[in-house]
Amino acid sequence: MAFIKFLKPKNTLEEGGRTAAIVQQDALEPEKTCPNCHRSFPVSKLWADRLVCQCGYHFRMKARQRIRSTVDKGSFQELFPSVHGKDPLDFPGYPEKIDTVRTASGELEAVICGTARIGGQECCLFAMEPSFMMGSMGSAVGEKITRLFEYALEHGMSVVGFTVSGGARMQEGLLSLMQMAKTSAAVKRHSDQGLLYIVVLTDPTTGGVTASFAMEADIILAEPGATVGFAGARVIEQTTRKTLPKGFQKAEFVLEHGFIDEVVPRTGQKKLLSQLLRLHHGGDRFESDTI
Amino acid sequence: MSQTPYSIVKMARDSSRPTGLDYINGIFQGFIELHGDRRFADDPAVVGGIGQLDGRAVTVIAIEKGHTAKERSRRNFGAPGPEGYRKALRLMKQAEKFKRPVILFIDTSGAYCGIGAEERGQGQAIAENLVEMSSLGVPVISVLIGEGGSGGALALAVADRVWMLQNAVYSVISPEGCASILWKDAAKAEVAAKSLKLTAEDAKALGVVERIVSEKDLGQQPFFHRLRQMLVQELEDLSEEEDLVSKRYDRFRRIGVEAVRETV
Ligand SMILES: [Zn+2]
Repeated sequence: MAFIKFLKPKNTLEEGGRTAAIVQQDALEPEKTCPNCHRSFPVSKLWADRLVCQCGYHFRMKARQRIRSTVDKGSFQELFPSVHGKDPLDFPGYPEKIDTVRTASGELEAVICGTARIGGQECCLFAMEPSFMMGSMGSAVGEKITRLFEYALEHGMSVVGFTVSGGARMQEGLLSLMQMAKTSAAVKRHSDQGLLYIVVLTDPTTGGVTASFAMEADIILAEPGATVGFAGARVIEQTTRKTLPKGFQKAEFVLEHGFIDEVVPRTGQKKLLSQLLRLHHGGDRFESDTI
Repeated sequence: MSQTPYSIVKMARDSSRPTGLDYINGIFQGFIELHGDRRFADDPAVVGGIGQLDGRAVTVIAIEKGHTAKERSRRNFGAPGPEGYRKALRLMKQAEKFKRPVILFIDTSGAYCGIGAEERGQGQAIAENLVEMSSLGVPVISVLIGEGGSGGALALAVADRVWMLQNAVYSVISPEGCASILWKDAAKAEVAAKSLKLTAEDAKALGVVERIVSEKDLGQQPFFHRLRQMLVQELEDLSEEEDLVSKRYDRFRRIGVEAVRETV
């Protein structure tokens, strides 16, 4: 089954995504083909490996899948589940687009928030949804993220977040842009009370989300190979008429330039997150001697 | 009004409009420029320093596009890199230390899209400004004088009061960019400009700006005199306000709340 296929390499960015299509092989179990090594695997096998290929390629993950594979079983309690956006600017085609996206993604908005335990550590959690307009930030996303930080502040909790976003949502215009300021102010209030915020940047994290809460965490982690940047690579090529350096805007490149604390494969994220949370929550060892 | 949103976009971009430095020289006395971000470089697209307003020391920061071809090129056409935002932040923190109000003039098509800008953390630089400006302990007034291009403009506009010139624009994306992404047709910029609600009137209706500044005598002495009086008065009002930072939080906190529904 896992024959190496010699496919023509594809420019994945040109195609607007790297999520491989599910290939139905006769009556066999559905398979997914890795866009990196071009091998195909049964979906159930990939699932067991948290959607990571043997070659190390990380497939995109839906927000709820991510939450399930990160938090302690049964510990997730969703917050603000019914908050969702309208069409505040009467933007052409937006209501239709949003309807289609809601049906296809099964979600009301591009971020899911809640509380959970990770390795026994209580925290607030958000995960952005790639299948919802590529995690674009409109008023509802900004509102949910802001409410989560306000909730965490009120309850003295840490925040763990998974970002995936193409940036601010054009169809809500200035209101989307303002969510960058609104979420940043909420992060700041939370931070000023000595509370912890850890972010995991996943593919892709760009634009207005990079230029706001994605880059404002105390500890910034990223998934291998994730695109992390402000401006889009093609825009930069057009603006500068220069060839982009190898690995440009990949997590490893951004790490090398000093803007990421560590690149962490999906399989190691839960353990590291629980360790980091424990270190900041004052484990038994710290508690006994203080005050 | 006969102006379309897209014709206002073109007016906002007109290179004969007064630029940041014109505002600095037209409004403040004895401006002293201070350079550099103390980390990497001095960004010529952002001008900052200390000036006097009605006898009071204020920190002034402006994005400068330049007038002549040579000057525009030297100023990188008013597209700041991370160093520009970091210089602005350094001067704002300095203002906070010495209890000076901060006045900013914004005119940019957006933060620079370049290899070096990305390598040195363009997104992180903007994010840091948003965070720090949200709690800066002195009055902050931002005035959009031409183009307000997305995050690159917002990075200098987390203020207690945001004003817009009558023919300035403020947008999450350029109309051309929006049209080419959504409709694969940059020629539909006219429709995009209308749909994005980017004019001063729109921004005021959305609660994003407090005040629209008339362009009567634009660039002439009476214009700068009028704007000076407006700034003096506003700073006086802001100086008397308590809980400035918490009011600034609320100012941004409520934006977009009405664009959200709670029930299915
Ligand atoms: Zn592979």
